[in-house]
Amino acid sequence: MADPMRIRAQAQGDKTTVRVLMSHEMETGQRKDAAGKVIPAWFIQEVSATHNGKPVMSAQWGPSVAKNPFLQFTLKGAKAGDKIAISWKDNRGDTRSDEATVS
Amino acid sequence: MQTRRDMLARSASVAAALASLGLLPQAAQAAWPQAAFEAKNMGELMKALGYSAPAESKDVSITGPDIAENGAVVPVGAATTLAGARRLLLLVEKNPNMLAAVFDLTDAVEPSISTRVKMGQSSNVFAVAITADNKVLYAAKEIKVTLGGCGG
Repeated sequence: MADPMRIRAQAQGDKTTVRVLMSHEMETGQRKDAAGKVIPAWFIQEVSATHNGKPVMSAQWGPSVAKNPFLQFTLKGAKAGDKIAISWKDNRGDTRSDEATVS
Repeated sequence: MQTRRDMLARSASVAAALASLGLLPQAAQAAWPQAAFEAKNMGELMKALGYSAPAESKDVSITGPDIAENGAVVPVGAATTLAGARRLLLLVEKNPNMLAAVFDLTDAVEPSISTRVKMGQSSNVFAVAITADNKVLYAAKEIKVTLGGCGG
C-alpha cells in the first residue's frame, strides 16, 4: 500500500485552493535498469476529487506526470470544515484515498 | 405548461451534461483513454479523443518556467478564461508520448490546474482546453530543459 497523500485545502473567500501531493514512483516504462532491462511502467492513471462526497474533478494521467505527483486546483463554494477527498488508481490496480478538511 | 417536446429536449441536455461530467457509469468505466496516451503528435491525439484540430487562443494560458533545470520535475499549469471549459489537457510535444494529463472539470472547480510533468528534452508544452460545445483551443510555451527527465 502506498504512503498517504498530503492534502491541503485552504479557503480564501469563496475559493478554496486544494493542493495534493501523492506518493508514487510514476515509472515511465522508458527507463532501463543496471542490467539493461526495461523497468515496467507503473504510474497513476486516474485521479478523482470529491467535495463533501460530490465529484468535482477527475483526471487521467499518463506516465509523464512527475514522480510523487503534485496537483493543485481551485474549488468554488467550499467552506471551512468541508471534506475534500482525493483518490487515485494506478496501472497495477492499486488505489488509495485520503481525506482532508478545508481550513 | 410543459410539452413532451420540452421534456425530451431537457432530458437529452441533462444526459449530455452528465456524460460530459463523467457521471454516467459507462463514461466512468471507460475512463483511461489508452489510444490518446499512445499518440505521438497532435493530429493522432485529437483523433484518438475525437476532437477537431485545435486552434490557438488567447483565452487559454500555460504557465511554467522558461528554463527547467531538472526535466524530471517541471511545474506546469493550464488555465482558461473560457466559460464552460469541460476539459484541460497538458501535452509535452517531444516526449515519447505527447499526452501528459487530462483533467475533467465540473462547474465546482475553476478551469485552472497545476501539476508537475517530466520532460525528456527541451520542447513545446501545450495546454489544451475543450469547452462544452467541443471547441478545442490551445496555448503553447517553450520550456528548455538542461537535464532530461526520462532517463534511459
